[in-house]
Amino acid sequence: MADTVRTYLLLAWTWLRASAQYPGPLITMAVGAFAINMLDVVAIWVIFEHTPSLAGFGLAEVMFLYGTSSLSFAVSDMLFGNLDRLSQHIRTGSFDAMLIRPASAFVQMAVDRFSVHRFGRITQAVIVLAIALPRLDLPWSRAWAVPPMILCGIVIFSSLFALAGAAQFLLTDAPEVANAFTYGGSTLTQYPLSVYGRDLVRGVTFVVPLAFVNWQPALFVLDRPDPLGLPYWLRFVSPLAALTLAAVAALAWRAGVRRYRSTGS
Amino acid sequence: MIEVQEVGRSFTVGRRRDRRTVHAVRDLSFTVGAGEFVGYLGPNGAGKSTTIKMLTGILAPTTGRIEVAGLDPSRRRTALARRIGVVFGQRTTLWWDLPLRDSFELIRHLYKVDRVVFRERLEELSSLLGLGDFMATPVRQLSLGQRMRGDVTAALLHDPAVLVLDEPTIGLDVVSKAAMREFLSRRNAEHGTTVLLTTHDLGDIERLCRRVMLIDHGHLAFDGTLDDLRATVPEEKSIEDVVARLYTGQATTGA
Repeated sequence: MADTVRTYLLLAWTWLRASAQYPGPLITMAVGAFAINMLDVVAIWVIFEHTPSLAGFGLAEVMFLYGTSSLSFAVSDMLFGNLDRLSQHIRTGSFDAMLIRPASAFVQMAVDRFSVHRFGRITQAVIVLAIALPRLDLPWSRAWAVPPMILCGIVIFSSLFALAGAAQFLLTDAPEVANAFTYGGSTLTQYPLSVYGRDLVRGVTFVVPLAFVNWQPALFVLDRPDPLGLPYWLRFVSPLAALTLAAVAALAWRAGVRRYRSTGS
Repeated sequence: MIEVQEVGRSFTVGRRRDRRTVHAVRDLSFTVGAGEFVGYLGPNGAGKSTTIKMLTGILAPTTGRIEVAGLDPSRRRTALARRIGVVFGQRTTLWWDLPLRDSFELIRHLYKVDRVVFRERLEELSSLLGLGDFMATPVRQLSLGQRMRGDVTAALLHDPAVLVLDEPTIGLDVVSKAAMREFLSRRNAEHGTTVLLTTHDLGDIERLCRRVMLIDHGHLAFDGTLDDLRATVPEEKSIEDVVARLYTGQATTGA
């Protein structure tokens, strides 16, 4: 485990150094990512120009939901987002090169071409949270749950990225299918889940556990009754949901590598 | 050093109705002892690369058993990586955007090679292969010949017991090719490194390999010395013609 982290940091550092030779495009990309995501916040703000609440949630609360989801997603995207480009690496044969090194192919794949532009979105999420949190005026008895909630969100999104990668061992031709769950999941959790249909919410609670990224724990933090009337204890299930999904993702990745077919020649 | 026992590898290709199974390798068995230098020949699509990928742990065999340097490649892939070196002539295993020196430094960390030992080995390889001029150049800017020398260096920095080369001389000019052959031959003689090499260049085979294996349609069609290989088609003079006859199935082989 410590070895894996060391390999990740070593490769990330090497990539950062290599990319530092061309700072121009990187800064542009980081600023671009920051600006594009800020448009999300503008969209939320525009909605609240027309209505005082969204599905019963005020502006600060919606920004809190947006910020937590965004931060979890941005961190896991930075760490593992490259996994969903696996099919590209399979097609060009560079995945073979990772398999002949004495390091986990998963780590090498995740960290490949690590660069500073991956930090752009994190900055944006942190700013949103920094604005939202003081306005909520949370007591410590509930505020303690925020860091673990973000951590669980990171694990859930990271597992989704790993699953997206694993799926590409089968679907080399259609990597975009997996994006529906990763990027789709990120967009979905940026709003109170109660704005969506009941069946969708059940689906993202019990099938793909996106509700545990921020929605369920946020109900505890914000001290709200569940609009869908689901049991109270679900608010504390996030760690379990995250670990279960991580285990499923690990198994799927392993199975994928095992049935990997490589390319011709 | 390499043991292959009744190994088969099949792929399912096509979709739905026209789905079928292709046997890239079937019932393949051979053994390579420590210090041998073996040429692995076969026409395109015969199963050479599939074999190489199974030996290095990239692909798991469908049936049979493989042992390389005492390990089952597909199950102990990362442990095996420390004991073997692999070069794919068709594409680099180095990091495209990194200068050669950084790639090697990364390899030092990944393979946990001691700093002093690493410096000695790199100096030796660098002077033998003449890397000095382009150590600071990113891999993507290297010429094919330079890149290949870089790849070979990368494969040897951890001093592996087995070196697997998949077409290491492909696309090289006459001078680079001769230098590469000279280097590989010395490596095998001086370090006792076991070498398995695939190639379409029979000059490689003639100058380097004491033993030749020929795979065709996923089967081992010949296994023996170069002279044995010539003797299979006595009426042909050049090794090219002999191999061409074997590839097109106009000779009876006694393996």
